Amino acid sequence: MENKRTCLYDKHEALGALIQPFGGFDMPIQYSTIVEEHNAVRHDCGVFDVSHMGEVLVGGKDAERFVNLIFTNDVTDMPEGKILYGMMCFPDGGVVDDLLVYKMTEGRFLLVINAANIDKDWAWIQQQAEGYDVVLDHLSDHYGQLAVQGPNAEVVMEEVLGIPCRELTFYTFKTLGDVIVSRTGYTGEDGFEIYAEPEYIRECWDRLIDSGRCKPCGLGCRDTLRFEVGLPLYGDELSADISPVMAGLSMFVKLDKPDFIGREALARQKAQGVSRKLVGIELNDKAIPRHGYTVLKDGQPIGEVTTGYHTISTDKSVCMALIDAGQATLGNEVEIQIRKKTFPGVVCKKKFYDKHYKK
Amino acid sequence: MAKVIEGLRYSESHEYVRVEGNYGYVGITDYAQHALGNVVYVDMPEVDDEVTAGEEFGAVESVKAASDLISPVSGTVVEVNEALEDEPDLVNKDAFENWIIKVELSDASELDNLMDATAYSAYVEKL
Repeated sequence: MENKRTCLYDKHEALGALIQPFGGFDMPIQYSTIVEEHNAVRHDCGVFDVSHMGEVLVGGKDAERFVNLIFTNDVTDMPEGKILYGMMCFPDGGVVDDLLVYKMTEGRFLLVINAANIDKDWAWIQQQAEGYDVVLDHLSDHYGQLAVQGPNAEVVMEEVLGIPCRELTFYTFKTLGDVIVSRTGYTGEDGFEIYAEPEYIRECWDRLIDSGRCKPCGLGCRDTLRFEVGLPLYGDELSADISPVMAGLSMFVKLDKPDFIGREALARQKAQGVSRKLVGIELNDKAIPRHGYTVLKDGQPIGEVTTGYHTISTDKSVCMALIDAGQATLGNEVEIQIRKKTFPGVVCKKKFYDKHYKK
Repeated sequence: MAKVIEGLRYSESHEYVRVEGNYGYVGITDYAQHALGNVVYVDMPEVDDEVTAGEEFGAVESVKAASDLISPVSGTVVEVNEALEDEPDLVNKDAFENWIIKVELSDASELDNLMDATAYSAYVEKL
């Protein structure tokens, strides 16, 4: 099957981006280098085309009750303009997807889902909706999306795009006609995301690039940025086999709200503990632990690396890894198999760089 | 456009060998360093290790991924480029200047299996 293209594909090509498949789309991985783009977001401002993300609108009389059924976080009495992060889970606690829920108006919620999971999620959501008075709209093709990220994102949004946004607090949004602007992102820096029809997204992109005040950034640095601040990526740190409790994301699972899919399993995991836990591991060598590499303790396998890099912001070889819960204590000395050799590492927090959100 | 240098021999997996007497300096091509992006680590063998033509002898790691190094020749490693331990990005700056290992060739006839500059240029053109 042909990969899909976002509404900015021609612009990525014109900028000479390295383009590779991701989540069913041909996406820009880098325009200059991952290091340059990463640093632009950490210290100045960068823009990402994230139009591959999916959107599903849930409306109707039972919308709130239905979103609460499929979502681990609690949307009860959520104010309009507020955003919550959480997961959709299978009954066994495994994750269908992680997502953002935007409360648009009373009884209307916008679900923002991962590109790679769009078809699976849409089928799952429709399947669960039986017996609920809800209207489901799949809007993934309707919305393009930009992420403007970095310490200068606010001033770039206001001065280059003319979008007033300083009043937006973290994880809130506003609508300007059909345009949604939220103070959200996936980089650990302050920043905004804009959802709009393709024409407006293209216009914003051009203005941002032409201004010279915002660097085009690809998915390469999106991954290094999110990794450094310990944000999970579905498929690496969350999956049908990795529950939010294993991933250390219990704070987004509200067991005290009305029943939801996966509640029983997740409650049990929380009460009785899990067999595997997601941890950080730091190596004192430059060798880089990569996804799928084996983690060992005294020569015995205890788990696998989920994501690893030599970090750009802190110049260290570190990874997140899913390991036996009994080994997941801070300071535990482990080894990682990298090709033919094993390298010693120490279990640490899975946040390698501090977030700089403007709350 | 990727740089290709006359007088070197090239493999399909984008390593080159520069032959001096009975020794070969092995590195990755300019095309390879460009395709990899920022090189952050070079995993090199040790002096006296044996390498075999067509077999892996280490890896070059970019920010994004690890790529195996495949030896274009067989022989004994007599020197590794230690400068790459502290400055792996030298490979990005000049891939042909910054070779990775120096090999004492055990079978110079293997060089005939490799491409010359013209053939390699045509090869990368088609990729």
